[in-house]
Amino acid sequence: MTVDQSKIRNFCIIAHIDHGKSTLADRIIESTGTLTSREMQAQVLDNMELERERGITIKSQAVRIIYRASDGEEYIFNLIDTPGHVDFNYEVSRSLAACDGAILVVDAAQGVEAQTLANVYLALDHDLDVMPVINKIDLPGAQPEEVIREIEDVIGLEADDAPRISAKTGLNIDQVLEQIVKKIPAPTGDADAPLSALIFDALYDSYKGVIVFCRIREGSVKPGDTIRMMATGAQSEVTEVGYFGAGQFIPCEELSAGMVGYLCASIKNVQDTRVGDTVTNAKRPCSEPLPGYKKVNPMVFCGMYPADSAKYADLRDALVKLQINDASLQFEPETSLALGFGFRCGFLGLLHLEIIQERLEREFNLDLVTTAPGVIYKVHKTNGDVTELTNPSNLPEPSEIEYMEEPLVAAEIMVTSEYVGAIMTLCQERRGIYVSMEYLEETRALIKYDLPLNEIIYDFFDALKSRSRGYASFDYELKGYVRSELVKLDILINREQVDALSFIVFKDSAYDRGRRMCERLKDEIPRHLFEIPIQAAIGGKIIARETVKAMRKDVLAKCYGGDITRKKKLLEKQKEGKKRMRQVGNVEIPQEAFMSVLKLDDDN
Amino acid sequence: MKQMELYIHIPFCMRKCRYCDFLSSVEDEATQNLYVRALLSEIAFYGGLYRNRTVTTVYIGGGTPSWLKESAIVSILNEVRRAFVILPDAEVTIECNPGTLTGYKFSVYRRVGINRISIGLQSADDDELKRLGRVHTYAQFLKTYELARQNGFSNINIDLMSGLPGQSLSDYKATLQKVIRLKPEHISAYSLMIEEGTPYYEQYKFDLVRQEAGLKPQFLPSEDEVYQMTQLTSQMLAAAGYGQYEISNFAVRGYECRHNIGYWRRENYLGVGLGASSLIDNIRYSNLRDLHEYIEQTKQIRSGLWENEHKEADGTVRIEELPAVSIHASAERIGRNAQMEEFMFLGLRMTDGISRTAFEQCFGKPIEAVYQDVLLRLVKEGLLVKHAGRIFLTERGRDVSNYAMAQFLLP
Repeated sequence: MTVDQSKIRNFCIIAHIDHGKSTLADRIIESTGTLTSREMQAQVLDNMELERERGITIKSQAVRIIYRASDGEEYIFNLIDTPGHVDFNYEVSRSLAACDGAILVVDAAQGVEAQTLANVYLALDHDLDVMPVINKIDLPGAQPEEVIREIEDVIGLEADDAPRISAKTGLNIDQVLEQIVKKIPAPTGDADAPLSALIFDALYDSYKGVIVFCRIREGSVKPGDTIRMMATGAQSEVTEVGYFGAGQFIPCEELSAGMVGYLCASIKNVQDTRVGDTVTNAKRPCSEPLPGYKKVNPMVFCGMYPADSAKYADLRDALVKLQINDASLQFEPETSLALGFGFRCGFLGLLHLEIIQERLEREFNLDLVTTAPGVIYKVHKTNGDVTELTNPSNLPEPSEIEYMEEPLVAAEIMVTSEYVGAIMTLCQERRGIYVSMEYLEETRALIKYDLPLNEIIYDFFDALKSRSRGYASFDYELKGYVRSELVKLDILINREQVDALSFIVFKDSAYDRGRRMCERLKDEIPRHLFEIPIQAAIGGKIIARETVKAMRKDVLAKCYGGDITRKKKLLEKQKEGKKRMRQVGNVEIPQEAFMSVLKLDDDN
Repeated sequence: MKQMELYIHIPFCMRKCRYCDFLSSVEDEATQNLYVRALLSEIAFYGGLYRNRTVTTVYIGGGTPSWLKESAIVSILNEVRRAFVILPDAEVTIECNPGTLTGYKFSVYRRVGINRISIGLQSADDDELKRLGRVHTYAQFLKTYELARQNGFSNINIDLMSGLPGQSLSDYKATLQKVIRLKPEHISAYSLMIEEGTPYYEQYKFDLVRQEAGLKPQFLPSEDEVYQMTQLTSQMLAAAGYGQYEISNFAVRGYECRHNIGYWRRENYLGVGLGASSLIDNIRYSNLRDLHEYIEQTKQIRSGLWENEHKEADGTVRIEELPAVSIHASAERIGRNAQMEEFMFLGLRMTDGISRTAFEQCFGKPIEAVYQDVLLRLVKEGLLVKHAGRIFLTERGRDVSNYAMAQFLLP
């Protein structure tokens, strides 16, 4: 079976967060009858439980749709969903590589936003044709004509004939479908050439093994072929090829140039599959691999430990499985005196960290203890060496350090004018360096600041949202490293240093942070039989102290024949509570305490 | 002949106190009569079932048993004597609340063989009594106490509470002094526990949260004050000649409550009446808790089998059949580990703790074979003492007894 390339359209939908990307995807799928109404569930593409709960798209998803156009021909649409959050730029980039065009969704009320621009630039980088769509025209504040002008002015895209739609109500979706046929180019590529296919995603299935999501650039692939992964060299025999129904895999005879689909090849070792790698035919290989993706480096690090130390191997397996379709996740083993064996993990940002943490807990049923997130510091040593520090415990002795550098990001914050003052105050508090501010319109300003990354990984998003009542949007990219006065803050509980609680902090903030950390821990650590001092120290010097007073009285006053069972349950509960504790010296520390540094600023 | 204790529950009160989470309610006389009739059927039924057991103690508790008219108590105890063999020197207690008794009632109690009176005073301060939602004043209590003495009762308990909302250390001291002057044979001094589902819980839940967070509560005494109150209790009662024989119980030597000691030593006990619990040959039963359902079901009590899912050590689940009767709401076999746990945490409530020989007799192995590590740790922490064949908590151990007792729960 050969498919006429001119009848294929591979495209994605890009948008700023909340502009209606997933809703439009739903409408497209629905109106082409890919799903029966019984299968149709809001936001079909967001099939991870977590995605639906948060209403965001994390992983890219793909679906194949058959559309009969007004010219009477049937077209195959391959729709690839992309995430919208800044942390997942890497995912966006991967999805775009599998497409020939992109639908740009812009909210008719909010207009062009930070992520609108970022995503358009990404799409243009991948040589995609971008087709604008104005969404939410049913909203009272919708100003579609102004938004169209904005798209033309700010982005430089022709938008006059952009469909004015409401993805929510389904208004004018037919125009979108027709324009996909006319404006998105058909794929090119020689079906008879040697196979070259780009892996844009992969997932692990306990029955089928690794399922590779790929875009066939040249040649074709069918069951029985022996394929080779060009980067890893792994070879295996293809057992199944197919395309994506909504939420399910539909096998077919062959995938050929221009098609988007999946293949299974009894790949044993999940690490043999790398997203961005090229698949070719082992017997008739292509001459060189397709250009992969720009490797994205993690910026935020933290330690992840199984709450039950016996689950170390389970945590490792889970991380390996998550990594096959999330190459931006990095991890390496580390040990902590307080927490035992675990992993130092690298993430694109704090949201990415949270998502991975939640996926580990939900999909793999792991109970985790996470340490305070940090960034990569550059330590210039007196002997001329430069080391990159991701774990505060590995900081060399102060006498060996010449100076340290910390990462700086260029941040862009879009905010309505009434909150400009509040946002600038926030940036100043976070050691921000003012760069510029411009009014995009009378009521909207774009503020640019250079901010130390370690000031924004804790709770900057939350602070931003609360101080702007949710009106600010935020984007950042790594700018480089700057020299900074940094110190390691250690926490001592009952006079023992707890390595998992150490963190690197700007020197002038150290006293304040140390004090708040001690206060927080005092609330988190339950009373013991003895008094427990909690101290913050820099080097050997104690800078703050709190005390958890000894428990004086813990008694069940009454226990007679009728309530023995109930009283025993109370004792059991008390003992059960201890299981969620970590023993450090002779002190039991609740697991939440290790994350408590995160919440230091929640009184903002 | 096998022995057992007998508990009889009377679930009625003139008014529900604000802190109380016991099974009791305010009901009219007709309902009370129906209940007493049901109770008589239950007792008669067990008379058939446990003919071969001797009853060592009888305890009529509530609720407010003294609120029932005296004829009800007479018929209950007559039925008990018809149904069971009662030891001639059995301890027979009834719980009384001031304001529900007359001299005549006390004289009837004496005639039917009641030999111990337990009076719920709680506080000698009328403001505190009001805040607790008690129906009586201190003066009314004094009257009741005198009536009991006049009618020849020589074994009287007075219930007290510390840690009440708005109570200061000196307020509590005043109550203790007044009670000591009366020279009761027995004093139960509890610190108030605020239980979910009571009006007090609603009233003071914010204070409870504050306490939990280590903040000073607004209405309730702080942890330190409550601690001082319990310290004061022990000191003053010791000085007045009372021995502390359990966490909250004090007595003139020889007047310790035998019925309650039975609970802590895991003796067999049969509980009759609404919601009452029993422990018979290591099966724990509890009766139906709905008043009308209980009354209805007692019209035709039958023996039968209770089916329980029983999980084996290897994880397999099998159905275990336990002997039970039709008014039971639950029946549960106490496994060997659970028996040991209960032996320890109940036994350690008493100041003389547990006996090593008793443990060995019960479980066929020395206590160290099970609790070696725990015992060593608690001794090291200064919470436990081993002495002359007994193992008991230190004073500090009693202050933090929840911690100490939780250590004896087996994995």
